[in-house]
Amino acid sequence: MCLGYPFRILEVRSPFTALAEAKGVKKEIYISLLPEKVKEGDWVLVHVGFAIAKIDEKQAQETIKFWDEQLSES
Amino acid sequence: MNNSANLDFFSQLDEPERLKRLTQRLTQKISRLKLGRRLRILEFCGGHTHVLLRHGIDETLSEVIEFVHGPGCPVCVIAQSRIDYALNLAEKEDIILATYGDLLRIPGSQGLTLQKLRALGRDVKMVDSSLATLKLAKDYPHRKIIFFAIGFETTTPHTAFLAKQIPQQGLKNLYLVSNHVISPIILAYLLEKGIHLDGIIAPGHVSAILGQSPWEEIAQKYHLPIVISGFEPFDLLTSLLLLVDAIEKETPTVLLQYDRVVRPEGNPLALSLIEEIFQVRETFPWRGFGLVPNSAYKFKEEWCFLDAEQIFPWEIKEENPKGCLCGDILQGKAKPWECKLFGKACTPKNPIGPCMVSGEGVCQAYFKYKLI
Repeated sequence: MCLGYPFRILEVRSPFTALAEAKGVKKEIYISLLPEKVKEGDWVLVHVGFAIAKIDEKQAQETIKFWDEQLSES
Repeated sequence: MNNSANLDFFSQLDEPERLKRLTQRLTQKISRLKLGRRLRILEFCGGHTHVLLRHGIDETLSEVIEFVHGPGCPVCVIAQSRIDYALNLAEKEDIILATYGDLLRIPGSQGLTLQKLRALGRDVKMVDSSLATLKLAKDYPHRKIIFFAIGFETTTPHTAFLAKQIPQQGLKNLYLVSNHVISPIILAYLLEKGIHLDGIIAPGHVSAILGQSPWEEIAQKYHLPIVISGFEPFDLLTSLLLLVDAIEKETPTVLLQYDRVVRPEGNPLALSLIEEIFQVRETFPWRGFGLVPNSAYKFKEEWCFLDAEQIFPWEIKEENPKGCLCGDILQGKAKPWECKLFGKACTPKNPIGPCMVSGEGVCQAYFKYKLI
C-alpha cells in the first residue's frame, strides 16, 4: 500500500476521475485528493486507486543534473 | 504529446554507471568520518527495504552502513487481534468483508486467514481502492458491507474520502473499520525506547501527505538527521549522501531528496480530510510493540453511524504466533535469519508472520533477495 506507482494521465474524465496508464496498463484513477489540477500527459503517483501527488518531471531532471555535476567535480 | 522525454527521466534513475559512482562517493565519504564502526541508518518504509535488498545496495555498503529495517509496513504491524476481529466479522452470514489484498493471507490466532474463510464460502472481497466498496454496497443492498481499512498516511485520506461519500450517496449498509496508523508516532516511540541510530530515511510517500514538519520535531528532539527519500536506487544513494553530510556536520535537520513528489507542506487537501473525519485513539495494538499511545486513528463521534467497531463490537485478546520474531524484527532488534521459522515453516507461500506476507515485509525481502 505504501508502494505508490507513477501513472501518466491519458484523459481527465471528471473533476474526480481520470484514465491513466502505467507500463501499458490502463486504469481509471481518482484525482480528487490532489491539491493541484492535472492534465493529459502529467505524471501522478497512485496509491490504491487514488493519485496522492503530482510528479514534477522538471524537478527530477534538475536533481539528476545536480548529482551528475557533484560527481564530476571529484 | 511526446512521452519519450518522460521515459528518459525514469530510466536515468537506475542507470548503472551513475549508481556506481554514487556508491563509490558514499563509501569514501563514510570512511573519511573515521568512526571505527558502521553507521546505523534506519529506513522506516518497507518499500525502501525492498529497493535496498533488490539492488544489493545493502551488500555493496555492508562495510560502512548497517541498515536497521523499520516498522513501515502497515500489513506487517497489524496486531493479530485485529486480524481475529476481521475474521470474526467475515464469519457472520449477513456480512461482506472487503479489504486490500495483502491482508487476506495473514493468519489469525487459530491459523485461519480471510482467504481460507473465503474458500469455506464466506464473502470476503479484495478491493484495489476504498471507493470500490461503494459499488459493493449498491450491488448488495440487503447485505452489510464492511471495509476493513488499513494503512499509514498514504491510505488514510482514501478512507476519509470514502466516509464522506457514504451519507452523500445515501448508503445505509456500508461500515468502516479503521486500522490507520500514524508514522511519526511509531518512529518517536522506537527512539524513545532507546534504539541507537545515526540517521533516518523517512518514508517518501507518507511524506507526500504529511510534509516535512512531523519529521522536523523528531530530528530536533532526538538530535538526528532525517532525509525524505524516493524509491529508486538513485534516490536512496543520493539520500544516503545527504544524510552522511548531515551526520558529519552534526546537524539534526530534515532534508528533502524526493522533491519531485513531496512538497514541504505535504498534501493540504488530504490532511484536512483526515482532520475532518478522524481522531487519534488513546492506544492501539501494534505487532511486537504492544499498545502504543496515540498511534492510530478512529472515527470522530459524528461518524459513529459508519464506525463498524461501535456497531459490531468484539472483545479482542492479543497474542503473537509462537516462535515468530516479526515483533522484534519490526523494532529493529532482530534480523529475519535469526527467526527459527524463517524460510522453513514460514515462507511467502505459507507465511506465519505478517513480515513474510506483505510485499513490503522485511522477511519477504530477505527470502526473495538473499541466499538462505
